[in-house]
Amino acid sequence: MMTLNIAFVSKLLIIPIFFGIFVSLFALFAVYAERKISARVQNRIGPNRVGPYGLLQTIADILKLIQKEAPYPFGSDKIFFNLAPILSFAASFVIFSVLPFNYYLCGLDLNLGLIFIIAIGGFNVISILFAGWSSNNKYSLLGSMRSASQMISYEIPIALIFAAVFIAFNSLNTIDITKAQENYFFNWNIFGGDNHLLKRILIIPFSAISVIILFIAFLAEANRTPFDIPEAESELVAGFHTEYSGIKFSFFFLAEYSNMFIAAALISIIFLGGFSSPFGYIGSLLNSNFIINIEQFFWFTIKSLSIVFLQMMVRWTLPRLRADQLMNLCWKYLIPYSLVAVFYALIISYI
Amino acid sequence: MFIYDYIKESYEGLISSVKALSVGFKHLFNKPVTIQYPEVKLKLPEKSRNRIAVIIDDCIGCYQCERACPVQCIEIETVKALPGEDLGKTSDGRKKALWVTKFDIDFAKCCFCGLCVYPCPTECIKMTEEYEYSVYDRRNLIYSFSKFSTEEAEQKKKNFELYGSQKKEEINKN
Repeated sequence: MMTLNIAFVSKLLIIPIFFGIFVSLFALFAVYAERKISARVQNRIGPNRVGPYGLLQTIADILKLIQKEAPYPFGSDKIFFNLAPILSFAASFVIFSVLPFNYYLCGLDLNLGLIFIIAIGGFNVISILFAGWSSNNKYSLLGSMRSASQMISYEIPIALIFAAVFIAFNSLNTIDITKAQENYFFNWNIFGGDNHLLKRILIIPFSAISVIILFIAFLAEANRTPFDIPEAESELVAGFHTEYSGIKFSFFFLAEYSNMFIAAALISIIFLGGFSSPFGYIGSLLNSNFIINIEQFFWFTIKSLSIVFLQMMVRWTLPRLRADQLMNLCWKYLIPYSLVAVFYALIISYI
Repeated sequence: MFIYDYIKESYEGLISSVKALSVGFKHLFNKPVTIQYPEVKLKLPEKSRNRIAVIIDDCIGCYQCERACPVQCIEIETVKALPGEDLGKTSDGRKKALWVTKFDIDFAKCCFCGLCVYPCPTECIKMTEEYEYSVYDRRNLIYSFSKFSTEEAEQKKKNFELYGSQKKEEINKN
């Protein structure tokens, strides 16, 4: 039985509030970063009017969104129309509970962490289908149907890679996976994990392939640009959120950006050592747990944000795939390669 | 063979995407080409055609520009000088014989062809560097270059008519 001590209660209160603040701050930062990066890739300047270097631009945007009227389209299903953005954000917010930011800020010590992520990630499909179907608009419905087909097919390589990860690293628990890669950067799974030399050399190609597959599949899961067929501005107006405005739209936006962060965080947890520092901690020299926690938080966010940066770069360099090309990429390339990765992981696990 | 082609194809796809990404990375460090317009302006080309300005002191009232204008946006009225009046000289030494009582250019009509600039004998009608002069009312686009107000112009006209009728009487007497 779980004992209700002070530490547990404080965790129960602090962690959701912390993650709530973190997600909204991250979304603010990421929207600004996205606009700046897109501007720099295209040799523009980007937002620079609101506040110093345009830093307050997203806050102004949020204020604008909050003020907006939230009309219902004609013939829409009001219950599901309202439910969809909440569900979309809630689904991605719940996943934050299994992401360990440091020893203290990890919501759930779940044995089936990665399976949990896949299961909750399925809610995204449902919420997008709700949104598209309930808004009584052909473009929304088309967008949401495309999105459902895309997300369902890209969940398969993710699940297969998670299975391979489980076979190779013997854990589905995000905290355990992180703890196994502690101490120095050569213990990260992308450099072979904390193993003897032969196994390291065998694990490196597995990690490389898995990272690439996970990165691509997560991009598709988060509906990011090379795979933004559900939103496809030039074809479907705005896809499943065509009819949404104001605060409801901003919830979809928040969900998209938190999905981006989740994808980045998962890659950094599984392959880049999660919150573990690459060079050891200053806090361990000073014998202070508090400083170690801060350092771990720092390293975790730095690793995740650098992958978020990569996702943004991909968005602004690669064009959108056609629907059939998207399915080709998933079924003809990602799934066979991830099956190979599973078998390879089986072979490694016997060495 | 099939497997070899398959792996080669996927490898090439990956490499080409990475190459595309590296191009994007290079552009991150380029200087932006944006010109922040109201604060920073590009230098105009030498023969750019913008708003017209008239140096009214040099105008001899020859109507050349009005005649050249293809859209009739220039309106000039002149009054002959009376014998006692000295109108001075233009900057290139021509003697002025006409009061230019009205010199209006309607920039709502102006097509910026520049045809009025070439025939001017004293080079008093010129292109400026000014191209931001939008207004809320179209009537505000009529620019008056004459020094005379409408009352003064009326006065000049009356003076001349008076002089003319006096002259007529003199001729009739003789």
